[in-house]
Amino acid sequence: MALTQEEVRHVALLARLKLADEQVATLQTELNSILGHIDQISQLDLAGVEPMVHAIPLVNSTREDVPVPGLDHERALANAPQRASDAILIPRIIGPEADA
Amino acid sequence: MRKTLEEVIQTWEPVIGLEIHTEITATRTKMFCGCQIAHGGEPNTRVCPVCLGMPGALPVPNEAAIEWTVLAGLATDCEIERVSQFHRKNYFYPDMPKNYQISQYDRPFCKDGHLTIEVDKEGLAQRLDRDLQAESYETRIGITRIHLEEDTGKMVHVGGSEGRIAGATHSLVDYNRAGTPLMELVSEPDIRTPEEARRFVQKLRLIWLTLGISDGNLENGSMRVDANISLRPRGATELGTRAEVKNMNSFKALHDAVAYEITRQAEVLEEGGRVVQETRHWDAGRKVTSSLRSKEEANDYRYFPEPDMVPFEFSEEFIAGVAARLPELPDARRRRFMSDYGLPASDATILTSDLELCAYYEAAAIGLDAELAKPLANLIVNDLVGALNTRSEELSESQVSPQAAAELVTLCDEGAISGKQAKEVFAEMVETGADPAAIIERKGLKQVSDSAELAGIIDGILAANPDKVEGYRAGKTGLMGFFVGQVMRQTGGQANPQVVNELLGERLGGERLGA
Amino acid sequence: MMDARELLFLPATGISALVTSRELSAREVVDAACANIDACDERVHAFNQRSQDLAYTAADALDAKLAAGATPGDGLPDSGLVGAPVAFKDNMNLLGTRTTCSSRILSNYESVYDCTAVRRLLDAGTLPLGKLNMDEFAFGSSTENSAFGPTHNPWDLQRVPGGSSGGSAAAVAAGMASITLGSDTGGSIRQPGACCGVVALKPTYGRVSRYGCVAFASSLDQIGPFAHTVRDAALALRAIAGKDAFDATSVDTPVPDYTQALGADTAGLRVAVATDFLELDGVDPEVKAAVLDAAERLDALGAEVGECALPSTQYGLSAYYIVAPAEASGNLARFDGIRYGLRAEDATDVLDLYMRSRAEGFGPETIRRVMIGTYALSAGYYDAYYAQAQKARTVIKADFDRVFADFDLILAPTAPTPAFKLGEKTADPLSMYLSDVFTIPVNLAGNTGLHLPTKLSSAGLPLGVQLIANHFDEANIFRAAAALEADYRFDHRSVAGL
Repeated sequence: MALTQEEVRHVALLARLKLADEQVATLQTELNSILGHIDQISQLDLAGVEPMVHAIPLVNSTREDVPVPGLDHERALANAPQRASDAILIPRIIGPEADA
Repeated sequence: MRKTLEEVIQTWEPVIGLEIHTEITATRTKMFCGCQIAHGGEPNTRVCPVCLGMPGALPVPNEAAIEWTVLAGLATDCEIERVSQFHRKNYFYPDMPKNYQISQYDRPFCKDGHLTIEVDKEGLAQRLDRDLQAESYETRIGITRIHLEEDTGKMVHVGGSEGRIAGATHSLVDYNRAGTPLMELVSEPDIRTPEEARRFVQKLRLIWLTLGISDGNLENGSMRVDANISLRPRGATELGTRAEVKNMNSFKALHDAVAYEITRQAEVLEEGGRVVQETRHWDAGRKVTSSLRSKEEANDYRYFPEPDMVPFEFSEEFIAGVAARLPELPDARRRRFMSDYGLPASDATILTSDLELCAYYEAAAIGLDAELAKPLANLIVNDLVGALNTRSEELSESQVSPQAAAELVTLCDEGAISGKQAKEVFAEMVETGADPAAIIERKGLKQVSDSAELAGIIDGILAANPDKVEGYRAGKTGLMGFFVGQVMRQTGGQANPQVVNELLGERLGGERLGA
Repeated sequence: MMDARELLFLPATGISALVTSRELSAREVVDAACANIDACDERVHAFNQRSQDLAYTAADALDAKLAAGATPGDGLPDSGLVGAPVAFKDNMNLLGTRTTCSSRILSNYESVYDCTAVRRLLDAGTLPLGKLNMDEFAFGSSTENSAFGPTHNPWDLQRVPGGSSGGSAAAVAAGMASITLGSDTGGSIRQPGACCGVVALKPTYGRVSRYGCVAFASSLDQIGPFAHTVRDAALALRAIAGKDAFDATSVDTPVPDYTQALGADTAGLRVAVATDFLELDGVDPEVKAAVLDAAERLDALGAEVGECALPSTQYGLSAYYIVAPAEASGNLARFDGIRYGLRAEDATDVLDLYMRSRAEGFGPETIRRVMIGTYALSAGYYDAYYAQAQKARTVIKADFDRVFADFDLILAPTAPTPAFKLGEKTADPLSMYLSDVFTIPVNLAGNTGLHLPTKLSSAGLPLGVQLIANHFDEANIFRAAAALEADYRFDHRSVAGL
């Protein structure tokens, strides 16, 4: 499967990456060479094989419903690029973001 | 001129499916971290590296939230999946710290359940295919699935009109709510009318409250309902294009939004237009739905199994253990009220559709004679509920204790006071919260039924009016009124009329009066 | 007292013995380590950030306890590592340090909590010297994909230290720390271990908590130690391993005392040489020879040496380059300029903020991986890529299971070639990816693997072998590695570049 530049742009939007036109071209070449190699996996006949999420046979890993101290307010916001007192400040939401 | 709902359904059949998100408020901590759950509070004070999506933090699922979801599934006749898992739902949004939501995809905890709802007379008008003469009808709504996920944070939009996102200049993000366990129930498109939609959510909320899984509050968003609505010509089988309506935060809003959207779509279709598959926002103020989307961009959520967690395998023992926690559910309770208390369906429905009212009735009914169960129901369903409405009071605020209500019903039955007097006493109970016996005493409402006492009085009156006695015996039976009046005057109106009639009858020649 | 460089080339256990016997204070250990870092790191650039304040604080607290008569097991941890100087890959959180993942987007990110493995190693009485360079978000095999410049191989400064944990490997190789932690998703511990000639262990998946280590691929990542000796590595694993309530994928199988396996004889140990690995194109003859030589030595040491084939592993690279970027595309979504990290200037709206913060904050390889992963998961491609790759993992693991039914260990090369030159593979991502062809299958199957340095190549570069064992069988790896180590007596002091 070879990626078109249109697909590269679409994937970049899904991944929220702003690409310059020359980047789109370079990525198209690089991704297609990588995908070219990856595609060999489609040669494997894996009909009826169970997909593996984890290599270790572990199930039902949960925690008890017991409170654990969280982050102190100041530490929680210590890395915030922009704050308005006790909340995180962000610019307006428009376009596809407003649809979510 | 837009048609009314009643006009629309002559030609169109509405097809409605609901997606209902419920915050599990019964757990102490969030879905994937140990932060405590609560509404409100200073922004960003109930957060930790996990629910803030800090680099390197990992989610660990809350076993209690999973058990609650399985319980919810059992309460709605769902199949509990023996093998299930969490998936990541990938999309960017500022109130979602990781920019993916941990949710469930093809292996939810519960699926294939159902709920039967009862719609009463006014709801009948919205359906053509039902017997309009019937008092009510029942219909069964399928439940596709119930799955568990994490809630998002909250945003305040600044600079726009009434905090709406449109027109805002910037927003403030608070992650206190982020990671709260959120249960999503998806119904089959089995709902046909706005009233059915409302009843379904009311019934579901009652079940959640009965289980104690959530406070089920629509106003503050503990319960959020989205409605998928489409129309098809009567008799058609394939579905029309649907629109999703959001932001209904009361039962009335749900009913009105669904009704509005049905008539809106009918208008679009009848003008030869086509319904756009989109998300629409219910504006309770303007009573319209409006499109949320600038442009319709198909979402690509790129679901994949959550690799930070391992799968779940539920044993029969585990499921049986959760099932053992099931309390009496609303349907069973309603049946019990009809069979054990002998109440009519209407009373049983009213009493069991409100947990407080239900508990009040049962508290009052304890130790009450079986034949008084019905009069007690009448007192509560009519007089008490009526009084609460006129005083716009909550049952919890009422001064009338269940015991007092039961006592009033008993006194009335023993003939200590008449039904008319009972109403007077109850009115004062509502006002002052005083005990009925005390009120009767103070108001001197006691009814004289003691035949010996009354006999004395009557003999005195007969002796004092020999001519009238003669006249009566000669056939002037109209004089009976005179004698009764005399007795009432001398007893201050407290003589038990029944007893008075009997005694006079005996003394004036044995003829049963009115015979 | 001995000079700083000499001291830092002692095993961690040796330094610990001097400290606990009070022949040397912990403060003097930190002095020596800092002196070595001052002397070497300008040329090596293993450290992104130094934390000598934390180290001296820990050292003084330790010295005070020792002065008060505390001994290991009585007032001090019985870890064998008390007083050892350590450092951490810069994707592990430690309060008081930044955690940058060698990325612009996190260049100012201050840790707000501790990584479990880091905390456990420090609780074993070690002294934290700082945070180590890496390929950005662990995407790479040469540490050239670092926003802060590459790390140089101490054996030849013109060559790469391997990656992605290149800083962790180079720091030990250059004597700037006696134990470091790295993370291994497809070979990021073992391959730099091979390039830098140090002992490097990737534990079984679930053996060590991942909590606090910035995730690359959640189903593959595992934290492990670098050290001069097998014993140091074994003690480090004992210190950091075990169930963690904050990692649902950590396993609570008991942690054995791995030192029991050290010095145990290798008679009867069943070792399979991965012959099909050796026949692969691009395998350096000296690399192949080193594996065969180790096989002979093990045979001479009484092990039962045979051969095995792992046919499905040829699909490992493809499966890995679907699964790992797919998981990474989700794990890196949180770096969006909203709550922390780089935020693009004057964003007009949130979408613009996302698009520019991420494009400006991520390097080229990170953008490639996120793009591949997003594509592989996108509508219409999931089954062809992600689902297929997960099924490939199943058959790859089946290959290993078959071998481990008859053998205790697999002996294989760690990387196809010794350390390559800086810039040699940066132009061609695919050739870089091939550096991990022998390590990736181990991650896909969740097994454990260790790189052991054995000798130097004709060019004076470290050579060695990879020992692979079944789930939670690290003990057998240590057993064989310790025997080979004693037999080869690899001289890590001869590190040439410095």
